[in-house]
Amino acid sequence: MAMDAEAIRTRILAGLPDAEVLMIDLAGDGDHWAARVTSSAFAGKSRIQQHKLVYEAIGSAMGAELHALALQTFTPET
Amino acid sequence: MATSDRIRKLITDNEIVVFMKGIPAAPKCGFSTGVVKVLDAIGRPYLGVDVLDDPFLREGIKEFSDWPTLPQVYIKGEFVGGSDIVREMYANGELQALFAGA
Repeated sequence: MAMDAEAIRTRILAGLPDAEVLMIDLAGDGDHWAARVTSSAFAGKSRIQQHKLVYEAIGSAMGAELHALALQTFTPET
Repeated sequence: MATSDRIRKLITDNEIVVFMKGIPAAPKCGFSTGVVKVLDAIGRPYLGVDVLDDPFLREGIKEFSDWPTLPQVYIKGEFVGGSDIVREMYANGELQALFAGA
């Protein structure tokens, strides 16, 4: 079972409402995604904490239906 | 030994440990391949632990690190991150800096 980009984006936005989410289909197969996520919620947090916030937003699908998500996190330029 | 104790022992006994799918010589996932390339480039000995060999470890490490995906890299007993973070840290020199002066 794969997740499509919109489903992934929707989940990320539910957890991080101010996020800008850019989804990239890495392999062209709709199953290997990269996400660039920008959110003010990342300010002052370590990279591990930032990635955890995204994983938490995605929920139990992470590591299950959603097997591959390359992640980059950014804080907005002020 | 409980799985968490096994993990604790592995990351204490080895400077660099990667919990991965497959072994360093034959990774079975693109993300594990990426981490192995970075660790090879660092040029220090590391231990690759194949979680596909051990279902307890495969689930246990996710719980232990509170991190849902594999691979996972530990350096000097500390969880450093998955493939994205490790590659990013290598690209900007942070990873190499962990071994400076050692």
